Amino acid sequence: MPSLDAVKRSVREHASGALPPRVPSLLDDCANVLHRPRKARVGNRKLTLAAMVFAVAALAAVVVAGVLATDAATATDFAQKNLAPSPAHPFGTDWMGRDMLLRTLAGLSTSVLVGLLAATVSSVIALVMGAVAALGGKKADAVVTWLIDLMMGIPHIVLLILISFALGKGFWGVAIGVAVTHWPSLTRVLRAEILQCKQSAFVAVARKLGQSPARIATRHMLPYVLPQFLVGLILLFPHAILHEAAVTFLGFGLPPEQPAIGVILSESMGYLSAGMWWLAVFPGLALIATVLLFDLAGSSLRKLVDPHSAQE
Amino acid sequence: MPRFILRNIVKFALLMIAVSMATFVLVSISPIDPVQANVGQAALINMSEAKRAQLAEYWGVNTPLWERYVNWITAAFQGDLGTSLRYNAPVADVIATRALNSLALMATAWVVSGVLGFALGILAGANRGRLVDRIVKGYCFLLASVPTFWLGLVFLIVFSVWLGWFPFGFSVPIGVAAADVTLADALHHLALPALTLSVVGVANIALHTREKTIDVLESDYVRFACARGLSTWGALRHHGLRNLALPALTLQFASISEIFGGSVLVEQVFSYPGLGQAAVTAGLGGDVALLAGIAVLSAAFVFGGNLIANMLYGVVDPRIRRGEGEARTHA
Repeated sequence: MPSLDAVKRSVREHASGALPPRVPSLLDDCANVLHRPRKARVGNRKLTLAAMVFAVAALAAVVVAGVLATDAATATDFAQKNLAPSPAHPFGTDWMGRDMLLRTLAGLSTSVLVGLLAATVSSVIALVMGAVAALGGKKADAVVTWLIDLMMGIPHIVLLILISFALGKGFWGVAIGVAVTHWPSLTRVLRAEILQCKQSAFVAVARKLGQSPARIATRHMLPYVLPQFLVGLILLFPHAILHEAAVTFLGFGLPPEQPAIGVILSESMGYLSAGMWWLAVFPGLALIATVLLFDLAGSSLRKLVDPHSAQE
Repeated sequence: MPRFILRNIVKFALLMIAVSMATFVLVSISPIDPVQANVGQAALINMSEAKRAQLAEYWGVNTPLWERYVNWITAAFQGDLGTSLRYNAPVADVIATRALNSLALMATAWVVSGVLGFALGILAGANRGRLVDRIVKGYCFLLASVPTFWLGLVFLIVFSVWLGWFPFGFSVPIGVAAADVTLADALHHLALPALTLSVVGVANIALHTREKTIDVLESDYVRFACARGLSTWGALRHHGLRNLALPALTLQFASISEIFGGSVLVEQVFSYPGLGQAAVTAGLGGDVALLAGIAVLSAAFVFGGNLIANMLYGVVDPRIRRGEGEARTHA
C-alpha cells in the first residue's frame, strides 16, 4: 500500500501538470475531479490573514491620524460654522466651525486607546479569575462564579454609571469603569477551557510522567488556552468601545472639551431639530466602522488559530 | 423543589445586599461634592456658611458611610426606600411613576424584538446560504456594532425631523394637561423609542434561532418528515417550531439585562421619562437613595429574567434537569 505522502505527492504532481500528457480517454472526465481548478484561487487562510492585517493596519492608521488631528480638531473658525458636508469639510462643521472629520478622528483614537486599555485589563483579570476558578478548588470556583453572577446581575450601563461616578467621572472614570467590567464573559470561557484542559489525557499523562505543575502550566496549558485568550481579548474591544461611547454620551465619561464620539453625539442632540443631521450621522458611522474593523480582526484571528474552523 | 426555591431566595437576598452595598460604597467614595453638583458653583460661592452647612446636612455629607447604609437597609426592609433628594419625593414614588413608562417601553421592545428576531431567524435558517439568509445575517452582524443611542438619533432625524411622523421626544404631548393625554398620544410617543430598542434587540435572537433552525432541519426527524412528503415549511411548523420556540424564549428572558441597559440610552435620547433617565439624573446629581433604589430594582429585574430562563432550560431539556447544578454554571 502506498504511503499517504506518496499519494498526496502524486495528486499534487498530477494537478500541477508535472506528469507527461496522456491520450484523452473517458477516464479523464472522472480524473478532472482531482484536477486543480483552472482559475488560481487564493487560499482562505491567506485571505483571512490579509483581512486581519488590513483591519489592524486601518485601526493603527485611525489612532495615528486621530492623535495628529487632536490639536486641529479643537480649532474654531466662526466664519465656517454649521456647514453641510462638502469637499472641503467631508463631515461638515459644527456650530463653532470645527471640522467634524478631524473631531471624529480624534474621538475615534481616544475610543481605540480606551478600548485597548480596557481590553488588556479585562482580559488579564479574566485570565486570573478563570485560572483561579478552574484550578483553585471548589470554594474558589464558587466565589468566582458568584462574582460573575453579581457583575452580570446589574445592567452593564448602570454599573458603568456607578463606577464612573465613584471615580469622579472624566477620562479615568470611564476608562477604569470600562476596564474592570468586561471580564465576566471571557472568564466563563477561559474557566471552561482550563477545566477541559485539566481533564484532558495529555495533561494526565504529563502528570503521571512526573512533570512539575509549573511545567505543565507553561508547556501544556498555556498553548491550549492562549488562542482563546487572544481572540477573547480582541473581541472585547467592540464592547469596550461601544460602552465608552455610551457612558460618555450619558454625561458620565469624558468631559466636553475632550474629543470623543460620545461627546460629539450628545452635543449633536441639541442641533438635530435644526436639521443638522451630519453632526450625528457621520461620527456614528465612523464609530460603527471602527467596531466592525475590530470584529473583523478578532474573527479572522479566531479562524486562523482555532482548529475547529481552520478549514473554513 | 423546596430546595430549589430556598436556594434561589438566599441567592436573591445575597445579590440584593451586595448590589445595594456596592452602590453605596461606589457613590460615597466619589470625589464629587453632591452639594456643589446640585446647587452649582456660582450659587455655592454666594451662599452663607449656615446655608451651606444646612445643605451638607440635607445631602448627608457628614454622616459616615456605614451609618447611612445601615439606616437605608433597615428602612428598606420595612419597605421604605428613602427619599430622593433630586426629585424631593419618596424613592418608591419616583420609581413607581417612572417604572410604568419604562415597563411599557421595555415590554413592547421585548415582545417585538423577540417575535421579529424569531421569525427572521427561521426565515434565514430555512433558506440557508441564499440571498435572504445573507441579508438577515448581514443585518444582524451590522446591528451588533451599532450603538443603540446613535440609532435612536438617526431615527429622530429621519422620522421626526424629515418625515415628521413622530414627536421629537417625551412621553406625552407638550402643553397638554396630564388628564387630557389619550392612550393614542402615549402610544404615538412610545413608538419611536420602542422601535429603536426592538431593532437593536433582534440581532441576538435571530442569529441564535438561525443556528437552531439549521440544526433542526438537519435532524433525523425532519428528514423522516420530509420523506413522508411534508414540505420544509410543513416539517418546520409541525416538528421544528416547538424545538425552536423554547430555547428562543429562554434566550429572550436572559437578555433582559441588555434591554434594560438599552432603555437607559434610548430614554436619554428621546427625553423619555423612565427609570433609565432617572438613573442618569440620580447619578449625575449624586442622589444615592434613588440610584441605589434603581440599581437594586434593575438587579431584581435581571435576576427574575435569569431565573425564568433557568427554569425554562429545565423544561426544554430533560438532560439539564438531571444535572441541574452543572447546567446552571454553564448556562
